[in-house]
Amino acid sequence: MRKWFKLAMLTGMAICILLQVSVAQTKLIKGKISDAKDGSPIAGATIKSDKSDVATVTNTDGTFEFKALPAATKLIITYVGYKTVELPITSDFSNIQLEEGSSQSLSEVVVVGFGSRIRKDLTGNIAKVRGEEIKNVPVPNFTQAIQGRAAGVFVESESGRVGGGIKLRIRGSGSITATNEPLYVIDGIPMNTSTVGGNTTADINFNDVESFEILKDASAAAIYGSRAANGVVLITTKKGKAGRTKLDVNLQHGFNKPTHLRGFLNAAEYVEFFTEAATNDAKYYWNRNNAAAIADGFVSEQDVIDYNVGVVEGRFNRYSGYNDNWKTLSTNTNWEKLAFNDKANTTTADVTASGGTDKTKFYFSGSYTDQDGILIGNTFQRISGRLNVDHEVSKLFKFGANLSVARTKGRRVAADNAFTTPMQIVALAPITPVRDENGELNDRPITTYYNPLLDFEGTKNIATGFRNLSNIYGQLSFTRNFSFRSELGLDIFNQERNAYYGTKTYTGGGTTGGYGISEWLRTVNLNTNNYFNYHNTFSDRHDLDVVLGTSFQKVTTDDAYVEGEGFPVDDLNKLASAGQITGGSSTQTNYSFVSYFSRINYKFNDKYILNLSGRIDGSSRFGKDSRYGFFPAISAGWIISNESFLSGSDFLSFLKLRASYGFTGTADGIGDFPQLGLWTASKYNLLSGLVPSQLPNPELKWEQSKQTDIGLDFGFLNNRITGELDYYIRKTSNLLYNVPVPGTSGFTTQYQNVGSMENKGVELVLNANIIDGRDFKWSAGGNISWNQNKITRLDGDTDTLPGNDGRYLNSLIVGQPIGIFYGPKYAGVDPDNGDALYYLADGKTTTNDYNDAGNFVVGNPNPKFFYGFNTNVSFKGIELLVLFQGVYGNKIMNGAGGFMSANGDWFDNQTKDQLRRWQNPGDITDVPQARLAWLGNPSNGIAASSRYIEDGSYLRLKTLTLSYNLPASIMKAAKLRSARIFVSGQNLFTFTNYSGWDPEVNSDYRSGNRNQGGDFYSAPQIKTISFGINLGL
Amino acid sequence: MKKLIILCCAAGLLFSSCNKQLDLEPRQTISDEVVFTNDANIKKALTGAYDALSSGYLLGGEFLLYSELQAADGEISWVGTYNQPREIFNKTILTNNSYVRDTWTEAYSTINICNNIIAAIDKVNEDDRDRVMGEALFIRGITYFNLITFYAKPYSHGNTTEAESGVPLVLTPTTGINEESYVSRNTVEEVYAKIIEDLSTAESLLPDENDVFATNIAAAGFLSRAYLQMEKYPEALTAVNTAFDDADGSKSLNSNYADAFNNESMTKEDIFIIAVNSQDGANDMHLFWSTGADGARDGDVEINQKHLNLYEAGDERLDLFYTGAGAVRSGKWKQRYKNLSIMRLAELYLTRAECNFRLASAEGATVLSDVSTVRSRVGLTTIAGDIDLSFILKERKLELAHEGQAIQDAKRLKKTIDAFPFNDNKLVFPIPLREMNANPNLKQNPGYGG
Repeated sequence: MRKWFKLAMLTGMAICILLQVSVAQTKLIKGKISDAKDGSPIAGATIKSDKSDVATVTNTDGTFEFKALPAATKLIITYVGYKTVELPITSDFSNIQLEEGSSQSLSEVVVVGFGSRIRKDLTGNIAKVRGEEIKNVPVPNFTQAIQGRAAGVFVESESGRVGGGIKLRIRGSGSITATNEPLYVIDGIPMNTSTVGGNTTADINFNDVESFEILKDASAAAIYGSRAANGVVLITTKKGKAGRTKLDVNLQHGFNKPTHLRGFLNAAEYVEFFTEAATNDAKYYWNRNNAAAIADGFVSEQDVIDYNVGVVEGRFNRYSGYNDNWKTLSTNTNWEKLAFNDKANTTTADVTASGGTDKTKFYFSGSYTDQDGILIGNTFQRISGRLNVDHEVSKLFKFGANLSVARTKGRRVAADNAFTTPMQIVALAPITPVRDENGELNDRPITTYYNPLLDFEGTKNIATGFRNLSNIYGQLSFTRNFSFRSELGLDIFNQERNAYYGTKTYTGGGTTGGYGISEWLRTVNLNTNNYFNYHNTFSDRHDLDVVLGTSFQKVTTDDAYVEGEGFPVDDLNKLASAGQITGGSSTQTNYSFVSYFSRINYKFNDKYILNLSGRIDGSSRFGKDSRYGFFPAISAGWIISNESFLSGSDFLSFLKLRASYGFTGTADGIGDFPQLGLWTASKYNLLSGLVPSQLPNPELKWEQSKQTDIGLDFGFLNNRITGELDYYIRKTSNLLYNVPVPGTSGFTTQYQNVGSMENKGVELVLNANIIDGRDFKWSAGGNISWNQNKITRLDGDTDTLPGNDGRYLNSLIVGQPIGIFYGPKYAGVDPDNGDALYYLADGKTTTNDYNDAGNFVVGNPNPKFFYGFNTNVSFKGIELLVLFQGVYGNKIMNGAGGFMSANGDWFDNQTKDQLRRWQNPGDITDVPQARLAWLGNPSNGIAASSRYIEDGSYLRLKTLTLSYNLPASIMKAAKLRSARIFVSGQNLFTFTNYSGWDPEVNSDYRSGNRNQGGDFYSAPQIKTISFGINLGL
Repeated sequence: MKKLIILCCAAGLLFSSCNKQLDLEPRQTISDEVVFTNDANIKKALTGAYDALSSGYLLGGEFLLYSELQAADGEISWVGTYNQPREIFNKTILTNNSYVRDTWTEAYSTINICNNIIAAIDKVNEDDRDRVMGEALFIRGITYFNLITFYAKPYSHGNTTEAESGVPLVLTPTTGINEESYVSRNTVEEVYAKIIEDLSTAESLLPDENDVFATNIAAAGFLSRAYLQMEKYPEALTAVNTAFDDADGSKSLNSNYADAFNNESMTKEDIFIIAVNSQDGANDMHLFWSTGADGARDGDVEINQKHLNLYEAGDERLDLFYTGAGAVRSGKWKQRYKNLSIMRLAELYLTRAECNFRLASAEGATVLSDVSTVRSRVGLTTIAGDIDLSFILKERKLELAHEGQAIQDAKRLKKTIDAFPFNDNKLVFPIPLREMNANPNLKQNPGYGG
C-alpha cells in the first residue's frame, strides 16, 4: 500500500511540474459547448490538445478556457455518451455542439460490476440498452421493453395479462431446477427476486434508467459469483448533470387490443357438431362394445342413437336456459369476445427534473402509469418517485443517494387453469345466452361451466405493492488513483393482496356466502458492498485497474394471511364482516450471502488487455461442508487495429479479438434449505402434527457453470459500420435437480447434484450509420442469436425423465434440449373409421390404443434462433423508429387441446378447425371422428400427443414510432427547450403459422425451466396504439 | 495510513461477524434428526400420519370415489369435466392418470410416516407405547388394504402367490435414497398377510375409546373387511365379533338413517371416521357428489334411476336422495366441512349376518336379528319371503350405497360390472407411469402396455 502511495505522490508532483512549465508559453482559447439536440450547455466535457495530456473541463454554463501549447494543432473535445469532436486550434470555439453517440459507439462508457469501462477496452461480452431507446414503450416492465434489442437475451411474456410473469434468458437455460433468471443489480444492489416471485421488475419505472448492461459471459459476470451463471443485468439509474435545471414532461395515452382471436364454433355449428358426436358415440358403442350396450338394455343401433341424441338435446335445452331456442338458433353468443375488455386504455404521465452544480447534482422524477389489460378485470397501475443526489464534499470525499419508492396496484385474474379465469369462457356453448330474462348472468347448470363473467362482476382481487429500492454510498479518494467506496442498499418490498369473492362467484358462492382473503408479504433485502479501487497508467502504456472488496446480503421474507367466509352482504367485504374466520397462517424464511471479490485489469499500449476476476461466495443455502464456492474468470483482448500493420487501413477502422473463460454459479430458485431432511407442520382434527416434507441430502453443493467465449468486435469505414460476433459454450455441471425417486419411499423427489447441461451458440450484432447528413439521417441495426441447449447428463442411471402428465409432454432427455416434447406421436386419422391413430414404438405401425403408443421426441419448445432488427430514419424534425423482433424454430403445445380441439369429446365449445373432422370412410383429415364421451367409449385422440403440437415461430413488428420535433422557432416563441409529439404502436403485426391466440406464450400455472411452450387458455399479447407528447422546459 | 488500517480492521470485523450470518435455521420445518428423539414429537408425527391418511387422494375422498365409479354399472354417472375420474368411471385409465399417480404416492407417504413411528417406538413413553404402535400399524394396514384393492387383481381372482402381483411392501422408514429404495412388487398373498398381521396386532394394542382416532373396534372391523375379500368367512366372523366384543355395547345405530351422515363429530354409529372441519381436512366425496349450491363442484356424480329402482317402497334410505343442479344426488355427501364415515356399525351387522348365513351359524347374533336391526332403523319392518344370501347382499349394497364399498363387494362376489368381468384388467389401476419411470424394478399390471 505504501508503494502505491509513493507512486501516486510522484505522479502528482510530475503533473504539477508539467503544468507550471506549460503556463509560461501558452495560448488561451475560450469557448462554449452545448448539446446539439436542444442547445443546452454541457458541463463537464473534457478539452485537451493533441500535444499534451493536460485537460480542462467545461463549467456549468458550458464555457471553458484552455491554455494550449504553441505546438498544439488541434483540440479534442470529449464527453461521455457523446461523439468526440476534433477541431483545428484555429477554429471558432464559441458554439461547439456535441451529438449523442449511438449505442454501439466504441467510445461509450459501459458499466461493469463495481466499475465502468470504455466499450473498446472490454474483454467480456456486455450488451447495453440505453434507457433512451425504450423510453415511452407502453409496457409495464422493462424486460418486455428490451425484447429484441440485445443479442443473446431471450424475452418471453407468459401471456398478455398485465402483471404476468416474464421469462428472460441470457444465453439459454443452464438449470433444470434452480433459477434460469439472471441476477438483477440496480445501482450496485442485487435485487431480491427469488422470494417475491412473478413480475418483480415491474416496480421499476424504466424511464428513470440511464442504461441496462447485460453481462453475458463468465468474464463479465464472474464478479457476481454464485448467482451469475444466468448472466447479470446491471441497471443504472439517471444522474443529474451540472448546468441549468432541465424539466421534462411526458404524456401518453393509448388503446389496447388483443393481437389475435382464435375462433370457435357458432351456434349452428355447435348444434350440428355435437348431434353428430352423440350419434357417432352411440354407433361406436353398439358396434364396437356390443356386450356392454346389450347389458345396458339397448336393443338396436337406432335405440342407442335415439338415447344418446336425446341426452345431447337435453343438454342443448339446458344450455339454452331450459328451452328449445337452440332449434331456432336465436342465441349465438361469441363468448371469446367477452373475455376481453374492449375499452382497454393505457395512460402514462411523468415529470423529471435534473441539474445541479459542480459539487451537487440531482435527478428527480415522478411517474404515473395506468394500464388496462385486454382481459376483463385485469389492470396494472404504478406510481413511482425517484431522487438521485450526488455531492462532492471535497476532492477526498463524496457521497450520494439513490432513493426510489413505487406503488404498484393490480387487479388480478385467476391463473390460466382456473375455471374462473376470463379466457376459460371460450368453453361455454354459443347457444347459451349471456344473461337470463331478468338480466342476471347465466351460471351453471345453464352454462356448461362456471361463467367467468360472474367472477368479473363479483370478485375483487387486488394486489398492492410498495417497493423501496434505495441505496446510499460514500467514496473516499485517497489519491486521484486510489479510492474506497462503501455502498449500503435496502430493498424493501411490501405487498398486500385483498381479495373478495362474492356470493355469486365460484369461490364464494353457495353455502360459502362470500369468501375473503387478506394476504401480506414483506421482504427486506439488506446489502452492503465495500471495495477499494486503484487505477493508474504507468509510462504511458501500462494501464492497471484493480478492485478488491467484500459484500454481504441478507434477505428475510415474512408473510401472513387470514381468510374467512360468510359475509352479510357483498358490499361488506372486509374480513371484519366475515361470519367465520376459516384460516390463517404466518411464515418466515431467510437466506444470506457473504462474498469476497476482486478484479485486476491490465492494458498494455492500448493493444493488449488482460482481465482477471474472482469471487468467493458463502451461502446459508448449503451444508456446512460445501458452503463456500470460488468463481474465477480470465479474459484477454487484443485491439488488432491499433497494431501498426492495420492502423493505416481506411476500410477497417477497428478490430478487436476477445476471449474469456471462467466459472459462475447458481444458487437461487431451490428454496432456502434444500440440503436438510425436513418435517413440516400439519393439522388433523384441529391438532397439530408433523409430516415429512423433504429428504435430506447432506452432500448438496453449488451448481457450477463454465463458460468460454470468443468474440470479435469490428468497425468499418470510420466505424460507420460496427459489429460484434461471438461464439460461446457454457457447460453447467452438478445440476441441482429434484430427481424423481420411487414413490414407495414416501417421497416423490430428492434434491441431488446430478446432471449437466450445455449451451452453445453464436451471436451477431451489426449496426450501421447509413446516412448521416445534416437533415437526413438513417441508421439500422440488428442482432441474431443462435443457442443450442443440450442436457448432457441426468442422474447417470436414467437418460430419460418423461414428462407426459396428460396435457403436456415436456421431458428431460440426455442429448436433447431441456423440456423437449417426448411422448406419443399422432399418426392422423384412420380413413376407414375415423379413429385417431398413434405410432407404435417401431415408428411405422399404428394403433388406436393410446396406452400402446410408443414414445418419440415430437418437438422442441426452445427456439433455434431469435432476432431483432431496427431502423431509425429522420428528416429534419420527423423521426421514424421501427423494431422487428422474432423467434424461429420453437414448438408450442396446446395443453387445452383435449378440451377445446377435442372433436366433440365433451360439451366444451370447439375451435373452428374441428370442423375438419372425419365424417365418412375414405375421408383424409387430421381431425378424428367427432365422438362424444358419454357412453364410456375410449376417447378419440384427445390425450397428450403430437396432435396438439404446432410451430411457434413468429416475426413481430414490435414497436413503430413516428415522431415530430417542433422546430426551434416555435419552441423559442413558446419558451420551450424541446417539444415532440409522437404516435407509437406496440405489437402491431405478428406473422406466424401458429393457430392459437399468440405464439409468445407459456401458460402461467405451470411455466418453469422444463415446462416451456405450453398454451392453456393463455391470453394473447397486447397490441397498443398510443399518442404522446414530450415537452422540455 | 492510520485511517486505512482502522478501516481495514473495521471491515475485517464486519466480515467475521458476517460468517455467522450464514448459519440460518428454517422456521416452518424441523430437521428429521430432531423429530424422532422424543415422545412428544413422535406423537405429533402420529397426528401427521392421520393427516396424510385424510388426504383427498386417500380416505379424504378418492378411495371411496374410485370404488363407486368403478362399480357404477349404470347406477351412477360421472358427468364432471375432470378426465382423471372419468377415465376410472369409463374403465379407460391411461397410465399417466394423475389421480392414479397421486393416490399411489400419497399412500406410500402415509406408510412411510407409520414406518418411522414404528421404528422409533422405543422413544415413546411406556404408558402410551401400545396405543401409538397400534395406531401406526392400523394406518399402515388399512392403507395397504386400500392400495391392494385398486392396484392389483382381487384376491378372489386366485393366483395370489403369482410373483409381483401385489404392491410393494415397504416396512422400514426411508432415510435416504439407496438401492433398497428400488423395490419390487410383492405377491397379493404377502400383502394380505401383512395387512392381517398389522390389523391383528393393532387390535390387540389399541384401546376401545380413542376420540376420533383408531380403536380396537375399528381394527377388528377392518380385519373383517380384509377377510371378506379373502373369502375367509370364519375368520371374518371372528373379527366382526371381536369388534362387537371390543365395543361392548358402546356403539349403536343412530335412530335416523340421515343422522349417520353430514356430522361434525363422531356419532355412536361411527366405527372409524376421517375428521373434517373448515380449518383442515379434505372431503372430496362432498366436492364431487354435492353441488355448487353447497360449496362443491358442479355435481360431478349423478345418481341414475337404475339405482333408485332397487329400493323397496317405504325405505327411508330413499329419502336421503335429493335433486340438485338438475340431477338426483346422494344426500350422504351433501354438506361441506363434514366428517367422512369410513366404517359404520351397520356394516358390521351386515358382515356378521352374511358370514353367519354362509356358515349356517349364529355366532354373536342370528342372521335375522342383525338384518332386522339394520332394516327396522329405515322403516322396513317386514321381510317378504326367506332371507337368503342375495337378500343380505342387497341389503348391504343399499345400506352402504355410495360410501366407497361398491367395488370391493362386486369383486369378491365376482360380479360383472358394465360388461367387465370382476377380474378384468380394466378394473385394476395401472402402476402409475411416473412410478414405472422412477423405478425400473416395477412390473406393470396386465393390459397397460409393457
